[in-house]
Amino acid sequence: MPKWYTPVAIACGLMFVASPLLIANAPYEATMGLVQKIFYYHMPSAVMFLVAAIVCGIASARYLFGGSPHQDRVAWAAAELAVLFGIITLVTGPLWARKAWGVWWQWDVRLTSSLMGWMVAVAYLLVRRYGGPGSDKLAAGLALFGMANVPFIYISVNYWRTIHPATSVVPTLPVSMGLPLWFCLTAFVLLFVLLLKLRIYLEEERARLDALYLSIEE
Amino acid sequence: MLQAIWLIVRKDLTVEVRSREIAYTTLFFAVSCVLNFAFALVREGRPPQDGAAGILWISIAFAGTLALGRTFERERQSETLRALLLAPTARPAVYVGKLLGIIALLIVAEAILVPLVSLLFQAPLLAHPFWLLAVVLTGTIGFSAVGTLFAAMLVRARSRDVLLPVLLYPITVPVIIAGVRGTAALLQPEVDLGVVRFWVALLVSFDVVFVTLALWTFEPLMTD
Amino acid sequence: MNRPRVTPLDFDQVVVDDVSRHFGRRRALARISFIAARSAILGLLGPNGAGKSTMLSLLATLMRPTSGRIRFGVLDVEIADERAPALRGRIGVLGHDLFLYPELTARENLAFFGGLYKLPDPNRAAFAALQRAGLADRADDQVASFSRGMRQRVALERALIHDPRLVLLDEPFTGLDDASAAALVARLKALRHAGAIVVIATHDLDIAEGLLDHAVFLRDGRVAHSAARPEGLRSTYRAVMGTPGA
Repeated sequence: MPKWYTPVAIACGLMFVASPLLIANAPYEATMGLVQKIFYYHMPSAVMFLVAAIVCGIASARYLFGGSPHQDRVAWAAAELAVLFGIITLVTGPLWARKAWGVWWQWDVRLTSSLMGWMVAVAYLLVRRYGGPGSDKLAAGLALFGMANVPFIYISVNYWRTIHPATSVVPTLPVSMGLPLWFCLTAFVLLFVLLLKLRIYLEEERARLDALYLSIEE
Repeated sequence: MLQAIWLIVRKDLTVEVRSREIAYTTLFFAVSCVLNFAFALVREGRPPQDGAAGILWISIAFAGTLALGRTFERERQSETLRALLLAPTARPAVYVGKLLGIIALLIVAEAILVPLVSLLFQAPLLAHPFWLLAVVLTGTIGFSAVGTLFAAMLVRARSRDVLLPVLLYPITVPVIIAGVRGTAALLQPEVDLGVVRFWVALLVSFDVVFVTLALWTFEPLMTD
Repeated sequence: MNRPRVTPLDFDQVVVDDVSRHFGRRRALARISFIAARSAILGLLGPNGAGKSTMLSLLATLMRPTSGRIRFGVLDVEIADERAPALRGRIGVLGHDLFLYPELTARENLAFFGGLYKLPDPNRAAFAALQRAGLADRADDQVASFSRGMRQRVALERALIHDPRLVLLDEPFTGLDDASAAALVARLKALRHAGAIVVIATHDLDIAEGLLDHAVFLRDGRVAHSAARPEGLRSTYRAVMGTPGA
């Protein structure tokens, strides 16, 4: 593990410990009151979910067409993080929605598209786990298709919902990006980078172990 | 390359005509599916509003998954997929050949499903045949394009039966949405062709993007 | 018997150079080197799991080696990506599973593959092949109705229908009776005479005796022994492999 890892990990941990204080001191939002504060965790995790999905897609494409095993490890790590941050987003979102608008789920276009993206990430992990030999290429193909699908999912879900008599209830992002938001966003970005690095390192060690096994018999 | 595609399609059709296994089982499955929906959703002899479109497309999706699984299982049995990959044909030709075969099979199934659903759910599906054909055809192509690729990739994988739906359904969500909404729009008393055209356009672009993507990735995905 | 056509993409030998192949932690082949030359039959001998089938897959260009290289004449198989289809057209494979469609007739199977291999007249080639195999009278019967030996004969014709330069056979003598095995041996000798490069993977030492020009003994993915003009295969095998299960 590189030298910067431990200091950054400590810093990240401290930031997360400090974040509730900052959030508690943030001003109340006009219409939703206390509940809105879940946004400070919800939005960064949604952003990291998106970032993870993109990283996975790009790494998968590079792996398919270039073949470097490192790209494969990046893709797998990113997919796991996409599932993780996706879960956080998809849990905090409805919690917020329940309190703010009275319903758990609204077939909102962003939430639904995120759900589908998350399903693709979960499918990726299932393929890697249960696909047997060749599942690395398989999963890479899936990630690539998933990424290509994003505009289609968004458009189709968007126009699908307008048929429903649903009001557009997701608020636009607050214009004033206050300190708590940047703070939490930074903490989440650090967390993402730390976890990604750790996971890739794990796979690299596993590959080293395989190579050692193989060279024993030389 | 066109020659090779034609040979593969003709071979698949011949094999299927001889055994008729996949055609019969897929058709029967599709019909059972629709009947299940009927028993589940028809209350007091009245079918649900707008149910027909959804039921039609879900049945197509299920039947399609089954047909895909069986087609490639058959190739796996005598390792004939390997033989196809050994031949000096460009790999994309193998993909296109299998794709056309699957599309043909699904169209046959849909020829039965559409009238059946129309009948059982009292939905005037055949009122605008041209547009219905456009929606169903473009949707089938999209579903098959993704499905053929994934099913071919899964031939050598473990747990391939269960992994095909796991991979296929999330990716084909736009096809299902567009297909259902497009079909449902055709069932309205006052059909808004603009809406139908929108969904067909979406399906066409999906088809173009994903067939291209599949052709592009077929070779790297099938090489070890 | 036609001589294999000499086309622009042709080669005199196949050079396997320090080839390894592993699947995750499992090593299938380790640092294999040998040369398979024209007008010669090379045998890959070894117990089950020695890596023979993997080696054949590598030679058929279905898999890439994890390290080392395989050269077809002067053509490096990795570089030859646009030429890969042309290369495959010069290779014929008789696999463990016979690569035949059971619902098609013998003639249809052969004509289909003949077409894929771009033969000018697939139907005639199919019929000629069936005559060579002595199955012309069963030409229009579905392969599903054939016995194992007959299917093997059709599969062999399928592998050879395009006059390949490199012929790869994976356990071709499995399940054959004496007459069929003798016919196959004669066929292989004719191929050798016509200038093909023949590589057989087998653990059937009695039949291989006297047939091979070169023998490569594989054990646990490694070359345990290599001999030209091998005699007394069975005793060599026992000596090389040690006691069974060792």
